Amino acid sequence: MIVLEKRPQPSKAWSYATPLVAVVATMLFGGILFAILGKNPVEAIGTIFWEPLFGEFAFYYRPQLLVKGAPLVLIAIGLSLGFRAGIWNIGAEGQYIMGAIFGAGAGLAFYPLDAFYIFPIMVIAGAFGGWLWAMIPAFLKVRFGTNEILVSLMLVYVAEQMLASVSLGLLKNPEGFGFPGSRNLQAYDSAHNAELIAGSGMHWGVVTALIAVIFAYVLLNRHMLGFHIRLTGEAPRAAKFAGVNPARLILFCLGVSGALAGLAGMFEVSGPSGVVSIDFNVGYGFTAIIVAFLGRLHPVGILLAGGLMALTYIGGEIAQSQLGLPAAAIQVFQGMLLFFLLAFDLLTNYRIRAARSEVA
Amino acid sequence: MTTPLLSLQGLTKAYPGVVANDQVSFDIGEGEVHALLGENGAGKSTLVKMIYGLVKPDSGTMLLRGQPFAPPEPRAARADGIAMVFQHFSLFDALNVAENIALGMENPPPMGDLASRIREVSETYGLPLDPFRTVGDLSAGERQRVEIIRCLLQDPKLLIMDEPTSVLTPQEVEILFETLNKLRSEGTSILYISHKLEEIRTLCDHATILRLGKNVGECVPAETSARDMAEMMVGSTLQTPERGGREFGDVALDVSGLSVPSPSEFGTALRNVHMTVRKGEVLGIGGVAGNGQDELLGVLSGEIQTTADAIKFNGQPIGKLGPTARRKLGVLTAPEERLGHAAAPDMSLTENALLTGSVREGLESNGFLKWADTKNFAEKIIEAFDVRTPGPENAARSLSGGNLQKFVIGREVLQNPDVLVVNQPTWGVDAAAAASIRQAILDLAAKGTAVICISQDLDELMEISDSFAALNEGRLSAPRPTTGLTVDEIGLMMGGAHGMEVAHV
Amino acid sequence: MDLGEINPVLLVASLMVAATPLLLAAIGELVVEKAGVLNLGVEGMMIVGAISGFAISVETGSPWLGFIAAAIGGAVLSLLFVLLTQVALANQVASGLALTLFGLGFSALLGQSYVGIKPPSMGDIHIPLISDIPVIGPILFQHDPILYVGIALTAAVWATLKYTRVGLILRAVGENHDAAHALGYKVIKIRIMAILFGGACAGLGGAYISLIRVPQWTEGMTAGVGWIALALVVFASWKPWRALLGAYLFGGITVLQLNLQAAGVAIPVEYLAMSPYIITILVLVILSADKSSAPASLGRTFHASH
Repeated sequence: MIVLEKRPQPSKAWSYATPLVAVVATMLFGGILFAILGKNPVEAIGTIFWEPLFGEFAFYYRPQLLVKGAPLVLIAIGLSLGFRAGIWNIGAEGQYIMGAIFGAGAGLAFYPLDAFYIFPIMVIAGAFGGWLWAMIPAFLKVRFGTNEILVSLMLVYVAEQMLASVSLGLLKNPEGFGFPGSRNLQAYDSAHNAELIAGSGMHWGVVTALIAVIFAYVLLNRHMLGFHIRLTGEAPRAAKFAGVNPARLILFCLGVSGALAGLAGMFEVSGPSGVVSIDFNVGYGFTAIIVAFLGRLHPVGILLAGGLMALTYIGGEIAQSQLGLPAAAIQVFQGMLLFFLLAFDLLTNYRIRAARSEVA
Repeated sequence: MTTPLLSLQGLTKAYPGVVANDQVSFDIGEGEVHALLGENGAGKSTLVKMIYGLVKPDSGTMLLRGQPFAPPEPRAARADGIAMVFQHFSLFDALNVAENIALGMENPPPMGDLASRIREVSETYGLPLDPFRTVGDLSAGERQRVEIIRCLLQDPKLLIMDEPTSVLTPQEVEILFETLNKLRSEGTSILYISHKLEEIRTLCDHATILRLGKNVGECVPAETSARDMAEMMVGSTLQTPERGGREFGDVALDVSGLSVPSPSEFGTALRNVHMTVRKGEVLGIGGVAGNGQDELLGVLSGEIQTTADAIKFNGQPIGKLGPTARRKLGVLTAPEERLGHAAAPDMSLTENALLTGSVREGLESNGFLKWADTKNFAEKIIEAFDVRTPGPENAARSLSGGNLQKFVIGREVLQNPDVLVVNQPTWGVDAAAAASIRQAILDLAAKGTAVICISQDLDELMEISDSFAALNEGRLSAPRPTTGLTVDEIGLMMGGAHGMEVAHV
Repeated sequence: MDLGEINPVLLVASLMVAATPLLLAAIGELVVEKAGVLNLGVEGMMIVGAISGFAISVETGSPWLGFIAAAIGGAVLSLLFVLLTQVALANQVASGLALTLFGLGFSALLGQSYVGIKPPSMGDIHIPLISDIPVIGPILFQHDPILYVGIALTAAVWATLKYTRVGLILRAVGENHDAAHALGYKVIKIRIMAILFGGACAGLGGAYISLIRVPQWTEGMTAGVGWIALALVVFASWKPWRALLGAYLFGGITVLQLNLQAAGVAIPVEYLAMSPYIITILVLVILSADKSSAPASLGRTFHASH
């Protein structure tokens, strides 16, 4: 019989190894899934992980990695702060949408004025939009003790309706022949989040994501506030004893994650997407939850995990067009990754040991 | 010679890194009150868990009335007439008394019948109890009654009691002993686990002493001196703490008219608490668990805030200050719960040193942490308090209870507090560590720190405190000098028998 | 705009239909939470139930087999939650999210070839005389059988929790798993059973959406009902009959806003569509003050250490 035995302290080695083991297991079971779908598993996995990086059209896909990875990393960094403290913001998708609406709205308000300050204003507006949306669950939790998981999630659906509303109303392109959706910000230079180096995929969102990684790293490892965040997650009573003000921590964690998600939305709408439309959001806010866990809630880990997840997005699209792999298969693949990660995480804190019969 | 009720033969149980029980053998006779005596960590709990079917022995056998006995689970043990009153963890706060009792029975009768049987048994044994009250609202003594009645309803042949008196006032202990004597006279055997020697001498017919998992001796308690038993239990002679000068300075901490509601649902509100502690004085606060101890510590640490004037430090109102601000002033605390409250289990000792040490030890500047200094501070605690650990990078949970407690107390003591409040400083700690912790507290007082020691161990309080007060249902009795206090007086300060006199058998 | 087009009898009858998926999912989750487990994967289990039920009824032509398949589908998905939280001792919040993300993807994958198909109809029950009573008949006695299953399940869960030993043990495990373990109850086994029951109920709720309420299959068609069901358990203070009441309340809001949309009220469609979510938040706010009835071990991981 097999028993679990709690380790005297978490295993360092396993905490690095579990994400890798989870990726391998996901490839294995993903392969089986693809085989069931009638695809050659080796070819499918190869297409997803190899093609975007080293394939024939890698010059096109590599920049896409940055474009897809940046919002994931940006959102996941924010989420990870809260997750570390046991504050569960799972409504990043809504904050992402609100960031896009506020950011685009601020830019379009100036149309067609040409000025250097428009883009910075949009950045602030985007962060503000996401922050504001996250402040709703934060305030309700602090003031009334309302569950932030449910509130932040409900607000995703509300934000989606808001998005539909502004796409059809407030922000609708007056010259769009009645079609829903805003003016294309890519065509409005002062508001366009253009590539910093043409063809590199590097835009302001990528830069911001990297800054966020550094910021989070310093915060968590070198600053009292970061220590308090970790302490609250590990032992809430000890945190209170150490003098942490839980309300302030909730406001900070939700606020930062909201603002970062809002920034991600703003950079997306003013750059790669360009348009506020009903189908603007593609689930980055939810995928970022996987990224955050896959990166073990560690800033550097999240950076790597964001890259990997971007890879599965792009690779998935290639597999979709080349092999006819359904889009949903990639979603399942990503879900599996989170599953295996959580399952193998057991090994960080527990040892598996064969034992003689034992009463559990 | 008659067959013993239960015979243990060579029971051994090993956990990774520790042999909890090593070849333990002894017999419990019919109608005998048998004491199992030992320090914390001696292996008493593991042994009774084997008898109760919660843990399976690695080797060794048990015979119940001569028949092989190896219960695979508690259900089977109960079916064979073994019942157990736990020290912790066995009641359900949100359920009522009858439901709690039903959960401990194999085939409980319908609730109505059960309730009347509860009333019947509780009257027979002088343990009054309302079957429909919610358990979370009961006092510690009443909660224990629930457990005892749960056992008695099964007509047990062997009743196991794990440290039953740790939650009782002296008067309640007397009532419990009467109940147990009545049971013995009816032929029930009792396995009585304790480390309180005087109790065992009054109550028990026979004693088995465990040390580090081994049976190190047996005796007839009434014929053995407490000192001899203590030495068998500990394995060496113990040093009693020495106290320095008894010069008290000005009032350091002044609590007046302090009333706060409990932050938790089944907690106790503090009601109109008054006390003063002078520099160099040790104020001992006794009382049965659950009478407001946690709340009092919370209020003094700043985790629970109150009106500014209710707590004054050197004349300055601090009731509204949080923990960090109080630490800055010099008011330090060490809560009872080591893992999860005083320390974060999965964090390293260095990080745990930072937990309360950041302000006074200057471990941060502008919010940025000085890890090197923090590590030095942690090493200083480990060194000064003889904390057994490979180093400060180890997680708090990897330490034994006693070592972690030394770390937690040491962390506060080394910060040179003006006021130190400790709650249960030696709970679950082996005798040697307990002695060194008490010595550290006394040394601190000798240097002029005002100390408040909240504890349920009356012996400890009598040993180290200059004055004594007791918490009872959130009220604090007026502090009195310790010298000359009798057990009866202490018992009355603790609330007597909580209104149980009427039910005296 | 014509509010006169809204027929109150039909409105009440259809609110019961709208409430049933919520009720089924909430009753299941209520049992899970009573056992001390927080499974945030309700949405994922519902959507998997929705597609399993839909696919099987289309393939077999029997809605009954569809519902059975939905219950099995939901329970199988919840088995993954069991593996994560009860075997691998993973964080319940994260595991629930994983379940939902995985369930949404998996259902989309399964459902690819079922988009745009009409499922076989279950048909409403019709009891002569009683069902024909004006007003009361259409409201109470002219529904599909599963709607009554939902109400029966509520009654059964209520009675089980309140009066039976199984119910008492379940509550005890959710209240204090260490104490239950010390008394010899199999905490993990009891929790696994509760989680599987919750999964089956969520699966039924999902299938009710795809087979009866809508009835067709579209990706992500549960649209947050699973999350509202979680809120409903809080709203109900873990009491089955209050869950029923809450489900009807939410059902009423949903149906009313749909009717208002159809009637062309001056409020923009998007604002009406977001109303159920906003009202859920409001209800949570009002009720979050009282957490006293929450099971004390809710969401805590149990590992028997000696």
